[in-house]
Amino acid sequence: MASLGQLERTVMDALWESEAPLTAYDVIDRITATDERRPAATTVLTVLTRLERKGFVASDRSVRPHHYRPLASRADHMAELMHEVLGDADDRRAVLERFVGGVSPDDAATLRRLLTAEG
Amino acid sequence: MDPLALVVSGALAVIALALAWPVPVVFARADWPTHAPARALLLWQAIALAGGLSMIGALVALGLGLVGLHPVWGGVAYGAALGFALHLLGHLAATVVSVARQRRRHHALLELLSSPHPTRARTRVLDDGAPVAYCLPHGIGSLTVLSRGLLESLGPAELAAVIAHERAHVEQRHDLLLVAFRAWRSALPWFPIAARAEQEVTVLVELLADDRARREAPDAVLARAILAVAERRPDAREAPDPSRRASERVRRLVPETRAH
Repeated sequence: MASLGQLERTVMDALWESEAPLTAYDVIDRITATDERRPAATTVLTVLTRLERKGFVASDRSVRPHHYRPLASRADHMAELMHEVLGDADDRRAVLERFVGGVSPDDAATLRRLLTAEG
Repeated sequence: MDPLALVVSGALAVIALALAWPVPVVFARADWPTHAPARALLLWQAIALAGGLSMIGALVALGLGLVGLHPVWGGVAYGAALGFALHLLGHLAATVVSVARQRRRHHALLELLSSPHPTRARTRVLDDGAPVAYCLPHGIGSLTVLSRGLLESLGPAELAAVIAHERAHVEQRHDLLLVAFRAWRSALPWFPIAARAEQEVTVLVELLADDRARREAPDAVLARAILAVAERRPDAREAPDPSRRASERVRRLVPETRAH
């Protein structure tokens, strides 16, 4: 059984790929075509609600069944994520610990010399 | 008036001032922390904690000494002690909450945008060409994140060194230190030593994580990994770390300078 996180990702991918808002049943049709197993409607609705609470999805509850659409594109979210990773904002250093931030040109030259020397 | 309390207050004030200025300045210039980052981190924590407590203690002792003679001034000193303590604790709480919120958001984004590493637990792969590796501390669910660009540009030995480095951050809970010093700096924005301390601590935890990687990989492998990541940065114009200690990270790996 796929984990909830994995299912969230699959559902979100289906919403991102679709031009129009989708119902939970549309979502099930789309993710089953690629994935064989047919998840229960209640499970997918739970996932959609979670995604909505996290601010990734908006729902139109004036129609039945409810329609869901992504709040921003995949590329937008990716940009947000990478901005946080690569950004030089002071906050970033406390939020995540990156392997290498900035290395000065001098230090890079030192490393290069070391590595050429050791062949 | 209690003369003993006033003497104690004066002594604590001297300690607080020493810890606020000359001690950290000398310490930040010293060379030994580069080779003993764990001890240096302990010392920075001691300086920060003792500095704050001696400042508060000096005000409390002053209040105690004055309260019999002049209740109003005694009360002012007590109030200042309480206010300073609350100010520090308030900034700590606010920083913890704000960092936790940003990490939660980042974690949620990662769940949607990255895939689990095929063989490594708690490791996610981000589909991006830039070579990046980082860890996102998240209580017991800390994640190591590697980008596609990183996996493509590093060999297995370099990758193992990077992962050992990131795992050290997680296991040694460096995030707690970074949050505490971040809070201290945000509480005392007019105090240059707080910023200096945060910079030093940021680099020292990198040195500590490097030491862990160096136990699992030769120095040259780690050097190659650092260079590969640094050179292929999409935004190479990013300012290098302002601390002199950042260069030490590189210099430690070079044999000639390591000798002394």
